[in-house]
Amino acid sequence: MLRAALLLLLVLFGPLAARAEDAPANPGWSLLSGSYDDLRHGVEELATSGAPNVATALDALMAGQLVVDGDSHLFIQADDGSLVDAITGAPVGGDAVDADTLRPIRVNNAVRRAIEAALGNLRLFSTDPAIRRAAADAVFKARDAAALPALDRAIAQEKDSSIRTALQQARAAAILAGNAPEADRLAAVATIAARGDIDARSVLASLGDQPATVATAAATALTSLDRIAQLWGVLQSVYYGVSLGSVLLLAAAGLAITFGVMGVINMAHGEMVMLGAYTTYVVQQFFRDHAPALFGLSLPIAVPLAFIVAGAVGIAIERGLIRFLYGRPLETLLATWGLSLILQQFVRTIFGPSNREVGTPDWMSGAFQLGGLTITWNRLIIILFAIVVLAALMAVLRFTALGLQMRAVTQNRRMAASMGIRTPWIDALTFGLGSGVAGIAGVALSQIDNVSPNLGQGYIIDSFMVVVFGGVGNLWGTVLGALTLGVVNKFLEPIAGAVLGKIAVLVLLILFIQRRPRGMFPLRGRAVES
Amino acid sequence: MTRGATRVAYALIIGIAVLIAGLNLALPETSALHPSTFVMSLTGKYLSYAILALSVDLVWGFAGILSLGHAAFFALGGYAMGMYLMRQIGGRGVYGNAVLPDFMVFLNYKSLPWYWHGFDMGGFAILMAILVPGLIALIFGWLTFRSRVSGVYLSIITQALTYALLLAFFRNDMGFGGNNGLTDFKDMFGLKLQSDAVRAGLLVATAIILCLQLALAQFVVRSRFGKVLIAVRDTESRTRFLGYRPESYKLVVWVLSAMMAGIGGALYVPQVGIINPGEFAPGNSIEAVIWVAVGGRGTLIGPIIGAVIVNLGKTWFTAILPEYWLYALGALFVLVTIFLPNGILGLLRARRSGKAEARAVAP
Repeated sequence: MLRAALLLLLVLFGPLAARAEDAPANPGWSLLSGSYDDLRHGVEELATSGAPNVATALDALMAGQLVVDGDSHLFIQADDGSLVDAITGAPVGGDAVDADTLRPIRVNNAVRRAIEAALGNLRLFSTDPAIRRAAADAVFKARDAAALPALDRAIAQEKDSSIRTALQQARAAAILAGNAPEADRLAAVATIAARGDIDARSVLASLGDQPATVATAAATALTSLDRIAQLWGVLQSVYYGVSLGSVLLLAAAGLAITFGVMGVINMAHGEMVMLGAYTTYVVQQFFRDHAPALFGLSLPIAVPLAFIVAGAVGIAIERGLIRFLYGRPLETLLATWGLSLILQQFVRTIFGPSNREVGTPDWMSGAFQLGGLTITWNRLIIILFAIVVLAALMAVLRFTALGLQMRAVTQNRRMAASMGIRTPWIDALTFGLGSGVAGIAGVALSQIDNVSPNLGQGYIIDSFMVVVFGGVGNLWGTVLGALTLGVVNKFLEPIAGAVLGKIAVLVLLILFIQRRPRGMFPLRGRAVES
Repeated sequence: MTRGATRVAYALIIGIAVLIAGLNLALPETSALHPSTFVMSLTGKYLSYAILALSVDLVWGFAGILSLGHAAFFALGGYAMGMYLMRQIGGRGVYGNAVLPDFMVFLNYKSLPWYWHGFDMGGFAILMAILVPGLIALIFGWLTFRSRVSGVYLSIITQALTYALLLAFFRNDMGFGGNNGLTDFKDMFGLKLQSDAVRAGLLVATAIILCLQLALAQFVVRSRFGKVLIAVRDTESRTRFLGYRPESYKLVVWVLSAMMAGIGGALYVPQVGIINPGEFAPGNSIEAVIWVAVGGRGTLIGPIIGAVIVNLGKTWFTAILPEYWLYALGALFVLVTIFLPNGILGLLRARRSGKAEARAVAP
């Protein structure tokens, strides 16, 4: 009680009475100016005392900034030479101290360890929950039985339940490090197993030298943790696969539509994706120059623009080139390949051959943890975006007049023409739609890939594979093809390596078309042979 | 193509090759008429490409199979020859290992991989340059033709084939030199590869083999087999209904064509001095198709002309206006498919028949 009153006095009148008031708040302070052993005991004493300013003083001691004068008063000397009373935290005027008598307090390794442990324990009582949580984790990793008293006190006064759990886990680790009875240890193993992360795993893995029952319990917990980790690993692969699949889906959906309706392969399809990515770049440059504050809006604005740019180029290609090559799908393939070379070189001439910097808005960056899954926002948003684009595309095909006519032309071109559908216009609009969707894919790809003139080339063969696998009968085939290829790719990668995985997928595909030469969802009826 | 025109083609191909090789060897380097070693190798390279174009025309022009992966067979043949040339270096490599090529020493190989055995013998290498592309074409063709994959589907799958090989050969552990491929060749059949005499010999050999292949292709398409092939190209289902097996006809010509391309690759590598995985790039195969389209699909001689003209253009453009070559090549694809569906030879033939018609009408 007396001590508390004195402390209060010190805090209140500290600035005035720092030099005059000589009664030390805690015996620990006086030990700091003694021998190394005294110093170490002093640090440990202070750490559990709950005295104010201890953390600051210990930090200073660690940094060699804690000095003592001839009268054993402790000060913290900043780099510029100014002094602060270590016990009260009050600034001290330069003339109040005889600078010649000041000497820094030296520490050795034993003291340093004591300081580290003490600081760790002190942070357990910090007012900032984030620091308390970090301190609990640090103690967990340190596995120091000496921290037990501090942990017990911290658990007793902790209000935040999640931090209390972390503290209890740290306590369990500390128990396993000391010589507690077997029952406590078994309970500790259970607590740590419940934590279940990689640190918990390493604690459990280190318990081989414990009593047999504890070691067995740890081993059992470890196996089940491993099984869970394996399961999460599979889920993570599936997630990566779905993520890759959604990218493939975006790139291949337009291709599947044009191929389905017109029976031609557009080899310049990849370049439509590339144009979409460059549109994003241009939009972002505009925002950087004129409205940096609205940068987050650049992608939502780039999406319709990319659709328009790529769609317009697509319609121009159909009107200016492809309609002259009717009924000659192989020649169309060659002509559009030539076009892709021209478009690539065109972009290279304007924007240069090097990669262009496309930024990620704040709302798309970062990642979060979902159970054992690491999910990055940009990938997740691309998956959602692919779903939205797919839904929109299906709605267009299903509910609009254009969609109806497109389906009619896909099924039977001549019959559709006889019914009054202007097939040339449907072709042009289909091509525009397919190219526009490719442009939108480019916006998404600009977030996860390098924006260079070769961007489209990297995806075109994979997109073809999706179309070959899924067939052109309907968009569900494309979805299935894209997801299957994405997931299979990501599962083969860890087994066979990225390159061999890709080769394996290509070989599997060649074998697959043995069974289904026209994909999973082939067109049926008369359209097939034409 | 008439027999007369074919004879002219033989004479031109061999004549030009012999002329360049002869002038190079006979005249001193100071002479204005002395073709440099570079020109000689370049001509040899064009003629190797012409072999590839011929093989593409055989399947595209006569069986209707648009292969977007034929350069893969060319490159496989090239790798077989490259492996022989690597083994010929022997102990003269940077690391001085008598058996292992430099890149294997560098990658810590302890001994030669099994598939490198035998490539110290030239004859074996040449055999492999024919058999390996043939075997891969056989497996691939058997799988695809049997399941009746055709049209653009087939084209895309052939592109996937060459793409897969591209990825595979880029890997260091494949044992084919990875990214850098095979190069630094020294000898061929015990003779110094860099010498003008060997270069001249290679050029003339390429010309002769091109003519032999042309003769073989002519023989094939004029035979009964060739007639069925053309029927398959034009209406596959009708041919099937008549009792033929289109897939067998396609498979035979496909394998033959792949072997021809392999020989082209084997002749190409010693003349350019390097083979690397870039040769498998899908773009190369499609370029070979445009040579055929430029010269005239289904004419056999046209593709040879197309390969030489387009590559002359490429050499010229990349030297003078490197940025514009892709524009030119792209425009070539677009313009030829729209305005010259039958290629240069087709245009000439239409003219001649036009004149003949005019003559027939006039009197």
